[in-house]
Amino acid sequence: MNIFGKLSLDAIPHDPVALAGVVFMFSAGIAALVALTYFKLWRWLWEEYLTSLDPKKIGIMYIVVAVLMLVRGMADAGMMRLQQAISVGDSFGYLSPEHFQQVFSAHGTIMIFFVAMPILFGLINLIMPLQIGARDVAFPFLNSVSFWLFAAGAGLINLSLVLGEFSTAGWLAYPPLSELQYSPGVGVDYWIWALQISGIGSLLSGVNFITTIFKMRAPGMTLMRMPIFVWTSLSSMVLVVFAFPILTATLSMLALDRTLGMHFFTTDLGGNVMMYVNLIWAWGHPEVYILVLPAFGIFSEIVPVFSQKRLFGYTSMVFATAGITFFSYLVWAHHFFTMGAGAKVNAFFGIMTMVIAIPTGVKIFNWLFTMFRGRIIFSSPMHWFLGFVVSFTIGGMSGVLLSIPGVDFELHNSLFLVAHFHNMIISGVLFGYFAGITYWFPKIFGFKLNENLGVYAFWCWIVGFFVAFMPLYILGMMGATRRLDHYDASMGWQGLFIVAGVGVCIIGLGVLFQVLQMYVSIRDRKKNIAGADPWNARTLEWSVPSPAPMYNFAHIPHVYGRDPLWARKQGIEHHEPPYTDIRMPKNSPLGLLLGLFGFLFGFGIIWHMYWLVPAAALGAIVCIVVRALDEHTEETISAAVVERIERANPSVTV
Amino acid sequence: MNHEPKFHGYLIGYLLSVALTLIAFGLAYLHINSGHLAFSHQFLVYAVVALAVLQLYVQAVFFLHLSRHPEARYNLVSFIFTIFIVLFIVIGSLWIMNNLNYNMTADQVDAYLHKEN
Ligand code: HEM
Ligand SMILES: [Cu+2]
Repeated sequence: MNIFGKLSLDAIPHDPVALAGVVFMFSAGIAALVALTYFKLWRWLWEEYLTSLDPKKIGIMYIVVAVLMLVRGMADAGMMRLQQAISVGDSFGYLSPEHFQQVFSAHGTIMIFFVAMPILFGLINLIMPLQIGARDVAFPFLNSVSFWLFAAGAGLINLSLVLGEFSTAGWLAYPPLSELQYSPGVGVDYWIWALQISGIGSLLSGVNFITTIFKMRAPGMTLMRMPIFVWTSLSSMVLVVFAFPILTATLSMLALDRTLGMHFFTTDLGGNVMMYVNLIWAWGHPEVYILVLPAFGIFSEIVPVFSQKRLFGYTSMVFATAGITFFSYLVWAHHFFTMGAGAKVNAFFGIMTMVIAIPTGVKIFNWLFTMFRGRIIFSSPMHWFLGFVVSFTIGGMSGVLLSIPGVDFELHNSLFLVAHFHNMIISGVLFGYFAGITYWFPKIFGFKLNENLGVYAFWCWIVGFFVAFMPLYILGMMGATRRLDHYDASMGWQGLFIVAGVGVCIIGLGVLFQVLQMYVSIRDRKKNIAGADPWNARTLEWSVPSPAPMYNFAHIPHVYGRDPLWARKQGIEHHEPPYTDIRMPKNSPLGLLLGLFGFLFGFGIIWHMYWLVPAAALGAIVCIVVRALDEHTEETISAAVVERIERANPSVTV
Repeated sequence: MNHEPKFHGYLIGYLLSVALTLIAFGLAYLHINSGHLAFSHQFLVYAVVALAVLQLYVQAVFFLHLSRHPEARYNLVSFIFTIFIVLFIVIGSLWIMNNLNYNMTADQVDAYLHKEN
């Protein structure tokens, strides 16, 4: 038996475009390592971040990795736009069809699993414990394991650039194309195991956050007093816990087909291809709400603060959230109206899909009524919100169109669909997360981001978005299908594709402004010191010092109503007993090790190095046992230290 | 009152689960060994399903601590939610798949092609 399995030197890519990617990645990685060594930052990195169990540190790591992956996802998008703008008639562009397929598969997979999901988990880690008046999450070590499993998945996806190839089967890898017969290479295996390993991390995070929200709220923080972001996080995590097992099971079956020669989804020997499509969307539809519900929550925090008014219709917001959570399980078949089910099935799922637009509409109106007669401050988070309302509504309407099965037969798999879901995902999810990051940045780092550059970035994003995606609606109606690496000149599509490419350049300018914003804000951080409550906000996270100390609250707050900080500022509550010792979890490197073993486990299966798989599994089990036997997982922060931290960065006092 | 799970609760739950499993197994054994004469095949199927549901209940009460005590209400609500989602996905999938298969029988495809031409 060969200890390298299928791995050999042939696995290193040969074509120049891919090779350029490899060289770029290596140089960036080496530059980072050299910089860390030169500035002697290894110890700092290890102690403050890599082994930390502080949810705020873990949250920062999630977001940093996600932003790096976002850059890669955007690069993929740019490559596709360039290819489609020039690959017409006799010209075949610069990407081979095979490579183009890898690019769109990687783009979709990365954007959903390694950009949107980690920003979501990062923001919940950063903010949710603060908002409910807790010092930590329910299972701090599990939290670190979740992060490192996610990082292992991200590592595998990036490794596929350097060793072997990535899947060509699209972001959901439908069989039969993703089966061994048609995809004999390692690409689909990379896809499966990157998702499988990070997916287990997501499931564990879901359990962790639900427990935290149910068990660790401060005294008086009843469910109906929780900030809406906590509600939407809760709903999103409930969706994770119920949906991710379906993904895990489906991917396992596909993996069994590919590695052990089983026949769950093959076209022969009793397999059923359509069952895969059915199952993957039973997870996939809830997934889109997993991503967008917390973004709704972020807007529900931002709009009242910058309208200087209470949120309109808190109760209806909660029920709309719960309604969306529930209905999001009942609509999955709208993704395969055209697969051949009869009119009854399609009509049922079409109507369910239209129904879900109602609670979403309720939310939009609640935000608008919150703004109504408020004293609105047009800060950059508010810009992201307004951009969201406009374009999300357009995307929602195209979605309702697609939910009519007859219309979907015309538009399924066309660029109309691509325009629709980017409409929802860029303006819903991405804008929401950008707004949240801008809004909560001062709480985490102690200084504000530069407002002007943030607003410039917003304008580039929104204009670029419309220029890049409105043409796709038209192209879709003209019959352009998705995932085209080439088309005939007689179609008359090229002009619109070029316009879309220009749109991506405008978005790129927006990203440039965001990078500049980060740079300028860090450079001028002394001038932008935030203080505990820079936005005159209403919820508990703004009552503690900025940056929030590792123990979050020197005293666990008592909550007497909604918007507790606002109440305190009105003089309703105030107390300051002496400081006491606080117990917090100690750092642990075991989460990182578990992630590493997860990575090796996946790597072993992908390359058929069968000795590595049990070895990695054993390593993981040893880590778990070592952790379980460790009785000294906490340390004390003395009252004197707490006092020093609190004096240095005052919290809100009235 | 203290609703902390107690050791003897787990023990009772465990013994009941084992007993219910053994009864189901015993019935099947009896059925086969008696040359299918002790009771009808149909009775066996219903009995085994009933025992399974009973065991589900036992495990829910003793292991998941479902009850009507106010503290256990969350457990109950989430349990009902789980059941609902699982049922919906299973029944929905069966419905969809049956529908798809039906629409793809040779007769159906034939009829469709004839209509087209
Ligand atoms: C930032 C600007 C973005 C641009 C310019 C962009 C562009 C594109 C393009 C050109 C395609 C291929 C369309 C085709 O099939 O012909 C695509 C597909 C896709 N995009 Fe994006 N995208 C962007 C952001 C995002 C984000 C933020 C997400 C999700 C969080 C996302 C998720 C997807 C998915 C799931 C696909 C389908 C991949 C497949 O066909 O398997 N995109 N995008
Ligand atoms: Cu859907």
